[in-house]
Amino acid sequence: MKKNKSLLLLLTLVLAVGTLLSACGSNNDKNSASNGGNNTSNSGTNSGEEKLAADQTLKINLSAEPPTFDPAQAQDSQANTVLKTMYEGLARMNDNGEPEPAAAEKWDVDGTKYTFHLRKDAKWSNGDPVTAKDFAFAWERVLSPNTDPAPPYAYQLYYIKNAQEYNEGKITDFNQVGVKVVDDYTLEVELVSPTPYFLGLTSFYTYYPVHQSVKDDAKWAVDASKMIVNGPFTLTNWTKGQTIEVTKNENYWGKDNIKLSKISMSLVNSGATELASYKNGELDRTGHPNGEVPTDQIPIVKQELKDEFKVKGIASTYYYQFNLTAKPFDNEKIRKAFAMTIDRQAIVDKVTLGGQLPAFGFVPPGIKGVNDEFRNEVKDDFFTENTEEAKKLLEEGMKEEGYTQLPEITLTYNSSEAHKKIALAVADMWKKNLGVDVKTENQEWGVFIENRQNLNYQVARAGWTADYNDPMTFLDMWTSNSGNNDIGLKDAEYDKLINEAKTTEDNAKRNENFKKAEEILVKDTMGIMPIYYYTNIALEKPYLKGVSLDFSGGIDYTRAYLLEH
Amino acid sequence: MDTNQIKVMPSPSDLMPDDFRKIGTDEKEAEVIARESISAWRDAWQRLCANKMAMTALIILGIIVLAAIFGPVISEWVHGYNYYSNDLLNTNQPPSAEHWFGTDDLGRDMFVRTWRGAQISLIVGLAAACIDLLIGVIYGGTMGYFGGRVDEIMNKFSEILYSIPYLLVTILLLVVMEPSLGTIILALTITGWINMSWIVRGEIMQLKNREFVLASRSMGAGSGRLLFRHLLPNAVGPIIVTVTLSVPNAIFSEAFLSFLGLGVQAPIASLGSMINDALTGWLYYPWRMLFPAAVISLTMLCFNIFGDGLRDALDPKLKK
Amino acid sequence: MVRYIANKFFYMLVSLFILISATFFLMKAIPGDPFTSEKKVPPAIQERLYEQYGLDKPVYQQYIKYLGDVVQGDFGISMKKINQDVSDIIGQTFSASLKLGLVAIVVAVIVGVLLGMVAALYHRKLIDNIAMVVAVLGIAVPSFVIASLLQYVFASKLHWLPTMGFKGPIYYVLPVAALTAQPIAFIARLTRSSMLEVLNADYIKTAKAKGLGWMAILFRHVIRNGIMPVVTYLGPMTANIVTGSVVIEQIFGIGGIGKQFVEAISTRDYPIIMGITIFYGILLMLARFITDIAYVFVDPRIKLSGKKEG
Repeated sequence: MKKNKSLLLLLTLVLAVGTLLSACGSNNDKNSASNGGNNTSNSGTNSGEEKLAADQTLKINLSAEPPTFDPAQAQDSQANTVLKTMYEGLARMNDNGEPEPAAAEKWDVDGTKYTFHLRKDAKWSNGDPVTAKDFAFAWERVLSPNTDPAPPYAYQLYYIKNAQEYNEGKITDFNQVGVKVVDDYTLEVELVSPTPYFLGLTSFYTYYPVHQSVKDDAKWAVDASKMIVNGPFTLTNWTKGQTIEVTKNENYWGKDNIKLSKISMSLVNSGATELASYKNGELDRTGHPNGEVPTDQIPIVKQELKDEFKVKGIASTYYYQFNLTAKPFDNEKIRKAFAMTIDRQAIVDKVTLGGQLPAFGFVPPGIKGVNDEFRNEVKDDFFTENTEEAKKLLEEGMKEEGYTQLPEITLTYNSSEAHKKIALAVADMWKKNLGVDVKTENQEWGVFIENRQNLNYQVARAGWTADYNDPMTFLDMWTSNSGNNDIGLKDAEYDKLINEAKTTEDNAKRNENFKKAEEILVKDTMGIMPIYYYTNIALEKPYLKGVSLDFSGGIDYTRAYLLEH
Repeated sequence: MDTNQIKVMPSPSDLMPDDFRKIGTDEKEAEVIARESISAWRDAWQRLCANKMAMTALIILGIIVLAAIFGPVISEWVHGYNYYSNDLLNTNQPPSAEHWFGTDDLGRDMFVRTWRGAQISLIVGLAAACIDLLIGVIYGGTMGYFGGRVDEIMNKFSEILYSIPYLLVTILLLVVMEPSLGTIILALTITGWINMSWIVRGEIMQLKNREFVLASRSMGAGSGRLLFRHLLPNAVGPIIVTVTLSVPNAIFSEAFLSFLGLGVQAPIASLGSMINDALTGWLYYPWRMLFPAAVISLTMLCFNIFGDGLRDALDPKLKK
Repeated sequence: MVRYIANKFFYMLVSLFILISATFFLMKAIPGDPFTSEKKVPPAIQERLYEQYGLDKPVYQQYIKYLGDVVQGDFGISMKKINQDVSDIIGQTFSASLKLGLVAIVVAVIVGVLLGMVAALYHRKLIDNIAMVVAVLGIAVPSFVIASLLQYVFASKLHWLPTMGFKGPIYYVLPVAALTAQPIAFIARLTRSSMLEVLNADYIKTAKAKGLGWMAILFRHVIRNGIMPVVTYLGPMTANIVTGSVVIEQIFGIGGIGKQFVEAISTRDYPIIMGITIFYGILLMLARFITDIAYVFVDPRIKLSGKKEG
């Protein structure tokens, strides 16, 4: 339970926000998108050799039950997986990570002003038409300070003009917020500043429409029979703690593109059981992002099930962070010594075993830069592994601080089999290479987070996944006043670089600032010690096709189908 | 639990200790009675020796304890292994001359770790049993000896404590407090002593109305003397048996906590946490599960058999 | 009898009150709260959440309010599972645990008693030895090891039974087997020793001497007296099986109440933690209460009295 539980927590956080979108976004894309009736870009139609299986029931497992199916309240990757089957935003992400028309059949972009033209044939599962009012209603519901409970992800809508002010109660008239219903099928959205990835955001669940009947019913999303949705599938069965089942929605405008008749989800939180079940043919897919293949079994399934084993890099970084305010890691040289003396290749090859990439920077591959991936434009060569150098640095650092012996050091991690293995391996490398004894301590997730956020640690495990496809999502968290800066970094230069990047429209300069900021974070201060860039590891039956995975690991099953087998 | 007490409820007697008045002290008389227990002990020992199963169990237990103490030392001495050093080039190796029990997922020697784990498990088991014994005897002794109102209140308290779901208390406790060996032992003993106290209470209640106690009391023996000189020595049989059976219980409970991720702090391992680590890949690396599982099962087995034997030996009438 | 029950009931209420109080403050002592998350929610939203769930008030006020609600039978709504009633969650997840638990208890008692009886009747014969070896193994091997072995052999290798889930009778087989291994072993040993005692008792000899038929002796005297200790064990066993099935539920992917509880603790879902604790507490107390009553019916020597029932 341990391992799955906390991994799941990790995944939840990591992916939840993560899926927030990859909008591709070239700034000059003022054109309107083409009519989206033809969703043939994905694997929907294929060569005639492929024969569909008669029974189009997909069987998958979620390692945790989504706490809610109310798009306004959701905040985890499990909910994301299920909500994606039940709802449809203005746009949806296609296989290439580009937004394509969904509930909106086209849109016009003019700087910060977006005009969405809604599809006239889109219907709710009860037959009502999906209108611009439904979107405005849903967004007002997310932002309203009177919504009970307060939607935690309301800040995902802060890109919209006056949304934050309305949410914080500073203005009380929703008409002042940049959302305007022009007519039933036209929605105008005004943003605070140019946001290249906004179209991608509209495919995120916090932006989904909800049926206006939910206003008077607090429990509408608790009961399968009450849910009215606009997506390809409807919720037909939800036995708490056991199973969730969604069935094809015949009222969905694009039902011809949907081949699955049903998705049946079990709720088992044991990686080993899930894998055994997959091997037994009880599941069609297992592993990330909704579960996990146990590390111990990765090398074996990689051999045994070569064709079913899928590894894909995702935009997410695994790292250890130093508390810059606690001894002995308040000393830069000591931090560097520790960071330089672990063998990252050995960790990914022998410990994590999942084809992860050793990391020497913070922004992971897969995140867009100016013309290419950011990581290709700015190499992650901020430091190298060098034990001799590290020993020297450690000695110097100790001299600076006047230590004859280092204070006792504890490495904290949240309870999980995988984190434990890495922590033990790293502590052992520190002992062997630097001769330093480091205690490892696992903490229960909530305790761990609390300690980390209160700077009550020395060195701690951490991971971060993209909220959107831009280096900013990795770098603005380390500014002095960021709520997520839990290493105690206070660097005026860093803050300045990030602020500039936030306001400038010059992409090259933006990139340059990101580069400099990352240099400060990793090369100069070594406040965080990158270990590896995550991968998404899954097993997929050869007859399962059309599953799409986005840059940060979010999964879309709606266009999947099963071949005869 | 209730039934324990119901079973040992004193037979109704018209003569209550309070009916007697203290006349004077006569030490000699009191001591005469103590002698009987010596021969009872010898008798029990002979009966135990005659029980081959129990003796075999005892010997195996002895071997396990010795191995737990010296196993890691020997391995460190022969091969230079310890329980925490990784060897990432030799992960998951099957048993060999180099690594007698194979290696685990970080290339650590399983022989050292198994015995080191046995050490931890035994420490947890024994410590928990000792604490249970201490609290149980004092609490149960007080309840049984004084009886009446004192007994009623104390007994209610233990009943309430007993009705708190054990798993819940343990999990909450382990989350609230920093995880360590001490915390785990504390978590195990928080409700563990209750059973012991009930057994002691029952025994004392039964014994305190027996003639020899009444005799001693009528001759002026004080409470302390009565309790420690007469009552407890005579209740020692069931107490020892309960201890023998509570050691494996504690070891098992620790294993369950490990399964829930609430066990000892890595790289220290207990048998339970090692089994848990091996559980996901045991099909492919059976030795990682086999050795710790065999040691824990053998330990359980021997403690149980020995406990049974001890019970038979100490109380020949009560062949349970 | 009425007085006895009333007395018991009163103490159950007191116990429950102490249980609620202890758990409440222990729970509040755990670092973190339901709205702690790795990616921080803006402070304004966070504060609103605290306010809406009453977490902005001092702990003692929260406690008093909670007590008040519980007295009115209101267990509140989950703080993480949005707008879901705690009683619904307990009801739905407990049904799985209950079904599994009941089947396990029945199986454990039947198999255990049979095994113990056979062993006692064939005392010191081969059957006795085999039965006792089985019993001892059940006690010696941790149930999660047994569960994993069963799953591997019967699901992964032989494909006779499903690996996980809880959709029909066939899904009960493996979890029940794993769950009952230990109780069966225990019951078998209890039954055996107490039956042996009974078989040697004078009244059985008397009955034999009277010329009573063997079957009559067995059913009239031996079994009735022999399973008495088993009745004693039923209470704790029920509690163990129902609360202790967390591990088994996890291995076989059964969404029971145990899983819900562990999950609630890790997400700090206060109302669910409290709800399940109270529920468990009541269950445990009832189990013990019923055991006491049952004992009175089985053993005529015991009489009910409000006072010395201990």
